[in-house]
Amino acid sequence: MPTSTNKDTSKPPGQAQGRLAPATPLNPRRRGLILGASDGLGAELARALAREGYSLALLARRKDKLDALCNELNAAGNSARAYAHDVSQYEKTPRLLRQIVGDLGGLDIVIFVASVNQPPGGIDKYNFQNDRAMVEVNLIGAMAWLTPIAEMFQSAGAGQIVGISSVAGDRGRVGNPGYNTSKAGLTTYLEALRNRLTRHGVNVLTVKPGFMKTEQLKAALGPTPFAIEPSQAAKDIVKAMKKRKQVIYTASIWRWIMLAIQHTPSFIFRRLSF
Amino acid sequence: MCLMNLNIHFTQLENFGHSLKASSYRIPIKTPDEIYEAFQAAKKHGLKITARGTGLSYNDASLNGGGIVLDMTGLNQILDWDPASGLVRCESGVTLEQLWQHVEPDGWWPPVVAGTMKTTLGGCLAANIHGKNNFQVGPIGGHVVEFTAMLPTGARLTCTPKKNADLFYAMISGLGMLGVFTSITLKMKRIHSGLISVDAWHVPDLRRQLSGLLEHASDHDYIVGWLDTFASGSGLGRGQIHAARNLKQGEDPNSEQTRQLTYQHLPDRLFGVMPKSLLHYFMNPFVNNFGWRMVNLAKYVSTLRDHTFRQSHAEFHFLLDYVPNWERSFGRGGLIQYQSFMPKETAEDAWREMIQLSHQYRLPSYLGVTKRHRPDKFLLTHGVDGFSLAMDFKVTHRNRNRLSGMLQEFDRIVLAAGGRFYFAKNSETTAESARHFLGDTTIAKFKKLKKRCDPHGLLESDLYRRLFA
Repeated sequence: MPTSTNKDTSKPPGQAQGRLAPATPLNPRRRGLILGASDGLGAELARALAREGYSLALLARRKDKLDALCNELNAAGNSARAYAHDVSQYEKTPRLLRQIVGDLGGLDIVIFVASVNQPPGGIDKYNFQNDRAMVEVNLIGAMAWLTPIAEMFQSAGAGQIVGISSVAGDRGRVGNPGYNTSKAGLTTYLEALRNRLTRHGVNVLTVKPGFMKTEQLKAALGPTPFAIEPSQAAKDIVKAMKKRKQVIYTASIWRWIMLAIQHTPSFIFRRLSF
Repeated sequence: MCLMNLNIHFTQLENFGHSLKASSYRIPIKTPDEIYEAFQAAKKHGLKITARGTGLSYNDASLNGGGIVLDMTGLNQILDWDPASGLVRCESGVTLEQLWQHVEPDGWWPPVVAGTMKTTLGGCLAANIHGKNNFQVGPIGGHVVEFTAMLPTGARLTCTPKKNADLFYAMISGLGMLGVFTSITLKMKRIHSGLISVDAWHVPDLRRQLSGLLEHASDHDYIVGWLDTFASGSGLGRGQIHAARNLKQGEDPNSEQTRQLTYQHLPDRLFGVMPKSLLHYFMNPFVNNFGWRMVNLAKYVSTLRDHTFRQSHAEFHFLLDYVPNWERSFGRGGLIQYQSFMPKETAEDAWREMIQLSHQYRLPSYLGVTKRHRPDKFLLTHGVDGFSLAMDFKVTHRNRNRLSGMLQEFDRIVLAAGGRFYFAKNSETTAESARHFLGDTTIAKFKKLKKRCDPHGLLESDLYRRLFA
């Protein structure tokens, strides 16, 4: 028995000697698209999927950060491509998607991470411009990308869609109505896609993270309980993807916290100041 | 043709063995003009195009992940048939099944057929298929009188062995990478009976298997060997040879009846009751290393009786259609076929080494088939003065990595022994290996023709990117 093959069996496919074996038809790379990959959770998801042997298309507005991430991944023997794109430029989506699918040679999974959070700055302040920007990126941006992707996955009868929503979408609160609305809309949209696509063999996973130690969190006022590292969240998400789960909270304790919050009666909830 | 929304054409396509998958925009083609429209759409959207017939290649020849795949099966009219001269003109999506059923009652048979009748003629030409009579009549390309093709430039090309000869010899065997066949004129072969006379005898080892093919080829029209690939030691390469010859005029007193299609019909039920389409479910439990070793052993024992018999052309040629969907019995991982073409001097040692290697890897082949071949003058030819050995391997989720490594090791053995490969099989061959056996001059010539026919590089398949990128 040639020694090299013994070694292979003890490692996951395609990962001999820490670097990926060259892709062949029998040993293909899975293909993933991450929208909003320049930093935070998106970048950690890119690293986690690269370790799983995916070839990746990474999108974000900031090309310099994206290029740095791609260089990091490609230097480790992975395959990642960068595309500078603003998800609120809806008219550019179909052509860019076609280009990405062509460049990757197909598409197996899509993760929509792109999100902005611009609080109005107090429970008695209102800011339509901010609210509009959040809905345009977090919700309509997702719909612009996931509509053609859902169409393709339905037609192919295969694929997986992951949407990063938020615990913030579970209840409308005093602090940030626009953000709550965009994430509630995204959660509902993903649920509807799931109900449409499961019968076609496509899995839709809704991820509801709580607090994460990212750039956004530093700007947060007030306490941030149960904050986790984005790399930990990425690990949870990849695990849930493998199990083809439908909805997960990360950290998982948020499932119980949000259960309590969702069931708090309105006559109490409207008197709370969070 | 609707190209307004490409997304709804996105389809997951597979190879014949269900072991390779790729998702593409599948565009159905009904007229040659639509091929040109698709070229324009591809150019506009920045996509690559591959033509696909019934998708029966064992590898990625008709897959094009993320690009456009033209479904050519709608271009399936037999345009002209002249029973006096035996010339037939067909659209490229016509299958061998349509063809032989059309010409057989008039006393003709396709000069070269594959092991399945479900392939399209366009695919047959693109791969330049061979039959069990390769040593006598060469590949199918040698029987093409004329073909027309649509080039990505929009040019409609007509080729014969004389006219546009360089493209004639390059497009046949050219993997569909120079243009898309639209119509094909073939010369059929006369037959005087619907039956064929088959001699079957067993061979106890690889040496006698190959010498049997060599010695008995000249006095037969067809020859094919079966190999028990589980056997090792002194029995390595044991199996059975079937050699057949067409009946001469007068040998079959009932030739009028035997040529009828009803006589050529492959039975669709086993023992008259069980539908064969269900058979693959019952085969599945045996398709593993132990079960199939027993099946091979039982088959070898049953071949020990040497005999001569007559069977219909369809029964003799289309063994792969005998059990519908048999490839499903390999389970969810599917199967892959590896075929090597060896000079007659080096074949025995190389194959002995390969079979032993497959035993060491514990990845035995489940089916071994040998044939006798001769060289031909097509550009990307797989022909050799020697033999070919085709081996089927079961693919599972767990063995993909190891199997790939073993097949690449096979490639090294084949190339060192001066062998060649056939592009409708072998999925793991690399660009480097292709360059090794085709030679730099041939590849440069092919790429130059490609530049001429397809200046924007629109025609690309997964296979093309693997071997020529």
